[in-house]
Amino acid sequence: MNLDSPTPMSRQIAEHSTLIERFLGLPKIALLIFVLLIAALGLGNGIIGYLVVAGELDGTWYDIRDLGNVNAALRDAILSSQLNTYIAGALAYLIPAILGATGIVSVVGGWLLIGPWAERRLIAKFQIRQGPNRTGPFGLFQSLADALKLMQKEIVIPTGADRFLYFAPPVAVFIPAILGWAAIPWAPKMSFADMDVGVLFVIAISSLGVLAVFVAGWSSNNHYSLLGAMRTIAMMVSYEIPISLSLLAVVLMTGSTQLSEIVTWQSTHNVWLIVLIPFAALAFLFASTAEINRTPNDIGEAESEIVAGFYTEYSGMKAGLFMAVELGNAILVGALMATFFLGGYTMFGLETWIPGYIILATKIGLVYFLFVWIRGTLPRFRLDQLMGFAWKFLIPVSIILMFIVAIESAIFIRWDVPAAVSLGLFGLINVTGAVIISVVWIRILFKDLDLAAPERPRLVTAVGGLKAAKEIRG
Amino acid sequence: MTTSTEPYVLNIGPQHPSTHGVFRLRVVMDGEKIKDLDMIVGYLHRSMEKLAEERTFTQNIPFTDRADYLAAMTGNLGLAIAVERLAEVEVPERAEFLRVIFSELQRIASHAMANGTLISDAGAWQTPLLYMFREREKILDLFEMTCGARLTTNYMRIGGVAFDPPTEFWPALRELVDELPSRIDEYHELLVENEVFMARTRNVGVISPEDAINGSLTGPALRGSGIPWDLRKAEPYSVYDQMNFEVPIGANGDVYDRFMVRMSELYQSAKIIKQAMDLIPEGPHKTDIPLALRPPVGEIYSRIESPRGEIGFYLVSDGGPAPYRFHIRAPSLINLSLLNELGRDSALSDAVVTLGSLDIVVGEIDR
Repeated sequence: MNLDSPTPMSRQIAEHSTLIERFLGLPKIALLIFVLLIAALGLGNGIIGYLVVAGELDGTWYDIRDLGNVNAALRDAILSSQLNTYIAGALAYLIPAILGATGIVSVVGGWLLIGPWAERRLIAKFQIRQGPNRTGPFGLFQSLADALKLMQKEIVIPTGADRFLYFAPPVAVFIPAILGWAAIPWAPKMSFADMDVGVLFVIAISSLGVLAVFVAGWSSNNHYSLLGAMRTIAMMVSYEIPISLSLLAVVLMTGSTQLSEIVTWQSTHNVWLIVLIPFAALAFLFASTAEINRTPNDIGEAESEIVAGFYTEYSGMKAGLFMAVELGNAILVGALMATFFLGGYTMFGLETWIPGYIILATKIGLVYFLFVWIRGTLPRFRLDQLMGFAWKFLIPVSIILMFIVAIESAIFIRWDVPAAVSLGLFGLINVTGAVIISVVWIRILFKDLDLAAPERPRLVTAVGGLKAAKEIRG
Repeated sequence: MTTSTEPYVLNIGPQHPSTHGVFRLRVVMDGEKIKDLDMIVGYLHRSMEKLAEERTFTQNIPFTDRADYLAAMTGNLGLAIAVERLAEVEVPERAEFLRVIFSELQRIASHAMANGTLISDAGAWQTPLLYMFREREKILDLFEMTCGARLTTNYMRIGGVAFDPPTEFWPALRELVDELPSRIDEYHELLVENEVFMARTRNVGVISPEDAINGSLTGPALRGSGIPWDLRKAEPYSVYDQMNFEVPIGANGDVYDRFMVRMSELYQSAKIIKQAMDLIPEGPHKTDIPLALRPPVGEIYSRIESPRGEIGFYLVSDGGPAPYRFHIRAPSLINLSLLNELGRDSALSDAVVTLGSLDIVVGEIDR
């Protein structure tokens, strides 16, 4: 960008330095502290990693690679204390529960402060803009300022709205968004509720949100809200099936419905499921964007069509809560995607040296970045196109591929060859199978789909009316 | 058991993200399908045509800025040419070339805005719009450099243009025109081959050539339907007869074709500006006319090609300094009149995209 630009605005943009330049421009002492902190963190991790590798430290409470150890140590201390058995039992149950719940809420809450800022900055970069950069350092406090503003705003209740039903959804929609985190394993023992039926729990929880959307759309007494709720419900119901099918493929492959088991399976076989069953992973990703209302499937709140969808009539913090849940769901999907298909908290042995929750958080961030990238790039599908895609393509192809995976998993248990050989073969079969079946299916079902490139405009020099048009077309 | 649905009325606008201003649609819907659609205009009515009867012809030029506020230059030019033809005012050669340069710049700016908002209507989260604004911003900088205003330029005068561009204008224009084709290639890569965008726009809002003629469509909406009609070629005004350019026409008349016609016109406009820059002679930039120009008694209808189509001015002079009747034929209003038939029995999403592809400016519709 040249500084001789004629307008003040373009000069301002040209003078604005990048994030890294501004970071390096901080006071020397701040930079020194930052470097020392990083060094201390690295050193501490290195020492602990070395101790673990040497076999000195495993499962003790100061093993920072797994915060679950602290909880376990606390529970053991309580149980072995001089307290009454009943009180000790209750406390041993309550304290870890409260600690875990606090952890989950802080993670989601922290994300709600960082997430919008990150998303807006990233999209601004995609759109050659600056993004929020006025509130606090690098605009980091923007979400805080937004939340403060939203809380001060008046809550307008539309005429004819059902008051109780109108007030319930913003709160109710938060419950599944938080509950879904319970099953996510952040490190070997660090999971709020490591259920045997974790996958079923995840599927069940993710379909709860639709209720709040339904109630919000109905009680607002507004046609936009109703249309938005109708679209969102239709989408959620349709895309619940591909999600379940792709998770079923995961369960068949790993032989467990426990989330930590799924992660362990990927870790022991040194392979991510996205490599083994790529179609399931992509189906999960696409269907999740439909579930959480993000581009290119954000028809439930398509701004250019139905304003804000089911929360058109909500104002102030109530609208803010809906937006917050949307973000919270985006990282929940990121966590599920990372756990099921990207190896969860493991990273080919790196988890010995770095705490597992940092690895998982990085993966969540990457998936979230993918969502932001898609949002900054793609237009939106139409409702019937999305429905057609789910019912005519995603579901049947997922079912066929699920059967292939089922056969493979049966072979995998009985076949007496190294896992690397069989899994490599299965991965190859699954990739080629997905491509072949997709192409064949499209050829059969979408025969009249125009796949050819559209005609470019013709350039003419002579003008005329209808007659000339017919002559040109021939 | 049979299920039945009840149609309901949805009110879109006057305040709505995709109505391009204060324009209102009253839609009768059955589920997601539009059963009937009424266009309600008049929320931006400023009584321009009546007010113009109280002002001199030169004083009326600012009204044309505010009618089609995204293409002020062509609005100015339309009125200037109409008055010149009525009063038989000669225009210097240099002024004619400046007029061509500025109206083509305006066409690029306007088409960039039209295509950007169309893709935003299709659901892209404003990214293409802001890329398109990159070019528009530079063009508006050039306008600012020349006449001090960016949007309501008020630049064309009866018998010429208001100012000769400053010396730093020409290198900046040369730079812009030279890099413009490569920039438009970038948009082609980003948008034209985008599958989602194609799925949303192809075979949507199809206007047949016959319907286009019967609905008196003009501009890219008409050319998208395959009718090779452009007033710059058909009735060359100013110095368009000396320019070498081509008219792009679409094949199917759908939203995608209208979008592509605008995209191709960006290249053609850059080509015209380049030629005009090479051909522009030295000399005065306007002729002196009396402060209160009194055209002879008579009437005239004069039309030029604005970015949105044929903008026509019907002027009646009673020999006085102000027009007896001042009427603007607004292309947006007439192009919009087909929306009823295009939108009926289509999905709401399609109607929104179709409205975006017709590229209306409400200031011009309501006047």
